[in-house]
Amino acid sequence: MSYELVCGLEIHAELKTKSKMFCGCKNDPFGAPAPNTHTCPVCLGMPGGLPVANRQAIEWTIKLGLALNCQINLFSKFDRKNYFYPDLPKGYQISQFDLPFCYDGYIDTSEGRVRIHRIHLEEDTAKLSHQEIDLDGDGKLDKATLIDFNRSSVPLVEVVTEADIKSANQAKEYGQKLRQIMRYLEIADCDMEKGGMRLEANISLRPVGQSTLPNYKVECKNINSFKFLEAAIGYEMERQAVLLDQNQIPDQETRGYNPTTGKTFAQRSKEDAADYRYFPDPDLPPLRFTQEQIEAIRATLPELPDQKASRLAKTYDLNQKSAIEISASLKKARFYEPLLELAQKNELNPQKLVNALLNKKIDFTLQDEPAQVLQMFKEMQSTDVVDDKELSTIITQVLANNQDAVEKYKAGKTAVLGFLLGQIMKTLGKKVDVEQVRQELIKTLN
Amino acid sequence: MKLNTLTLKESLDGLHKGDFSLDEIYRDLDQAYTEHNTKLNVYLSKNEHALEQSRAKSTLPLKGLPIAVKDNFCTRDLPSTASSAVLEGFRPQYESTVTKRLQEQGGIVYGKTNLDAFAHGSSTETSDFGPTLNPRNPEHLPGGSSGGSAAAIAGDLAIASIGSETAGSIRQPSAWCGTVGFKPSYGRASRFGVAAMASSTDSPGPITKTVEDACILLNTFAGHDPLDGTSYSEKSPDFTQFLDQSIKGMKIGLIYQDIEELATNNALLQKELEILRELGATIEVAQAMDPHPAIGVYTVVQRAEVSSNLARYDGIRYGQDRSHFGAEAKRRIMLGTFTLTAGHADKYYETAQKVRTLYLEDYKRLFANYDVLISLTSPSYAKKVGVSADAAMFGELEDMLLEASSVSGLPGINVPFFRDPDTNLYLGASLIAPMWQEGNIIKVADAFEKNSKWNSWRNRN
Repeated sequence: MSYELVCGLEIHAELKTKSKMFCGCKNDPFGAPAPNTHTCPVCLGMPGGLPVANRQAIEWTIKLGLALNCQINLFSKFDRKNYFYPDLPKGYQISQFDLPFCYDGYIDTSEGRVRIHRIHLEEDTAKLSHQEIDLDGDGKLDKATLIDFNRSSVPLVEVVTEADIKSANQAKEYGQKLRQIMRYLEIADCDMEKGGMRLEANISLRPVGQSTLPNYKVECKNINSFKFLEAAIGYEMERQAVLLDQNQIPDQETRGYNPTTGKTFAQRSKEDAADYRYFPDPDLPPLRFTQEQIEAIRATLPELPDQKASRLAKTYDLNQKSAIEISASLKKARFYEPLLELAQKNELNPQKLVNALLNKKIDFTLQDEPAQVLQMFKEMQSTDVVDDKELSTIITQVLANNQDAVEKYKAGKTAVLGFLLGQIMKTLGKKVDVEQVRQELIKTLN
Repeated sequence: MKLNTLTLKESLDGLHKGDFSLDEIYRDLDQAYTEHNTKLNVYLSKNEHALEQSRAKSTLPLKGLPIAVKDNFCTRDLPSTASSAVLEGFRPQYESTVTKRLQEQGGIVYGKTNLDAFAHGSSTETSDFGPTLNPRNPEHLPGGSSGGSAAAIAGDLAIASIGSETAGSIRQPSAWCGTVGFKPSYGRASRFGVAAMASSTDSPGPITKTVEDACILLNTFAGHDPLDGTSYSEKSPDFTQFLDQSIKGMKIGLIYQDIEELATNNALLQKELEILRELGATIEVAQAMDPHPAIGVYTVVQRAEVSSNLARYDGIRYGQDRSHFGAEAKRRIMLGTFTLTAGHADKYYETAQKVRTLYLEDYKRLFANYDVLISLTSPSYAKKVGVSADAAMFGELEDMLLEASSVSGLPGINVPFFRDPDTNLYLGASLIAPMWQEGNIIKVADAFEKNSKWNSWRNRN
């Protein structure tokens, strides 16, 4: 039987606020000089430590929601998610249960719209590292798990989609777009290798043509690259199809992905799923926003990648592909925008300029000044003067030396024109306007 | 007169006038400590550097005077166990906001007082380090959970003390020990650095010899704290401005007068409150919502919060694992976990929150007509040692008259209004006011204290 993918993503990203989510500690888990240096009684979960919410993180979460076309809850709160794990010093994680800051948004991909179910804000856990050290000094290594609380209580947003994703490729595109938007908003670095962004996919299959949700769901966790995401979904589709063909329902479970084997593997069955005993965190008063406050945050939204690409395409008459490419990151956009503006002032062709840069015809870096880059472009384009007589002599000479090609051209093989043009340019040994030479060549041939 | 028996106000005045020195106060206090602490078990630990630390503080408002602090307040480098074996040996590297401010104002942490372990109880009998005895009559309990702090005052083992209340833990032991216990509005005093019991009602407050002392002490630590998200953002008033004020025209409602088992003590209360009428207040019996459902509300909400708040003692840090939890803590963790479990949360936790709202509305209705509401603080005199051992709900029944106001966050104060000459045990009156209106209860409590004969320091033999 043939099946179609039913997939939703849950993506976590650490916000790059100055301080942590619920205390004044520096939010810099990757840059810390040593483990457990950015800590205090609050993020260590010590007696009497109390959380105080980071306003910046809340505003950024709402800003992300607005950028992703979400509705915003004007009344919201934090809840405690209770479970035990060594990386969770309080025995509960402060998260959001039934009133997330944002809900009902979407991201458009080339394969259709992916609806966003909710975006909530929570605190990250500490980081465990499993090592072998000689704990008791007997000269033999002992298994040990070390805990670094530098990451404890770093603000973490979770963006949850509806099960709208129809292919592994679309999952990748959605994830890349989400990362691009967060980087555009300058609220998260989304460094996947370091764990600044983490991907989880809920994957199931249904027979093509069926519209109801499948009666099972496999959760793939801890995926740290878009390539692996695509591969894990691809692998799961094959694995689940085999089971379904044998009339088996795949187990409702959590699976991991092993990049070495390219396979997913069972981690935890859903029957062991914890009851998190959510309840409103009494240490944090509920939050109320006015529509005016939300609009004030909306007013700080920058131009987003899609908008920027369309505008650049329109303003500078660029093709869609180039416009998307130069809008891919803020860094690129910040280089190209002033450059294009200057090019327009100097009546230079923006598309030619972009082509020259994207095709690396010019040796440049994104740090270069627009005027400097433009100068290089001009030099590349600049033409030496060649008088008609000199040109005519050389053309005649080249044609005489390449009779075969001339014959071919006359037989209708216009493709040889390029070859002849090349020969002429070579003989000229000057930077001349190719168009002028071409016109002259055609005239002579005819 | 032994200087440890001085009130805070008398100590400050005497030091100011040069009637005696700080050294003399500490000498008398240390002597009392040596004589009584082993038997009464008021202090779990003593600050050995108290006197030495006090010398640098003579120019500050509290002039270096020794203050007893409940052991659930984290105090830097001093043991802070919350009377639980789980935290035995724990010396925090940080200071609770209350004790930080207290010390910045010239107070000295003299020692850390006993409590019911993690403040779970109303007797101090659930302390993992043994019960405290009531200095008024050592066959009896001091109440709890701030039993050590109340006993420190009743036994003149401190000049003033700090307690904390979740539902009665300042006021009930004050009633049993014949002291003043002042629980300010929830949010008035910072909870930062206080080992959490039930976060939504925990409130630090003074336990002192007089209402005036309570105001002086509260002045030193009340007010907004950026480290506590639930702390009140408005500036605190000078609480001493409400002392010695006329109560003429104030409207007082007497509540819980129709509960049969309270008839005898309510009659005594009504008789003693006549003095307020003579001072110009109007007093009438008012009908408040039945306090019994408050026990359920409080039990459900508090156990839920406890089960989560105690999860941090997971055995990975602090040296002792979860087997060191006492029976009461285990009971509360089990019950709280149950009420939050999927399928039960609607039935218990959410219903409790709804009933909590009903109490808030009831108080709104009552305070439209009254400035202050008065009732008995505790249904009874201090009970005998051993009484709580097999009574899992001992504290809740004991604190029944205070729980509705606690879950509503209201400020309240206990003042002694009667002493049984046979047992030397006291009864206390509970005065409550609307949120942030501490001034109302200070005025009435101060007027009552100064015009009646029941305060043992104002009426020394």
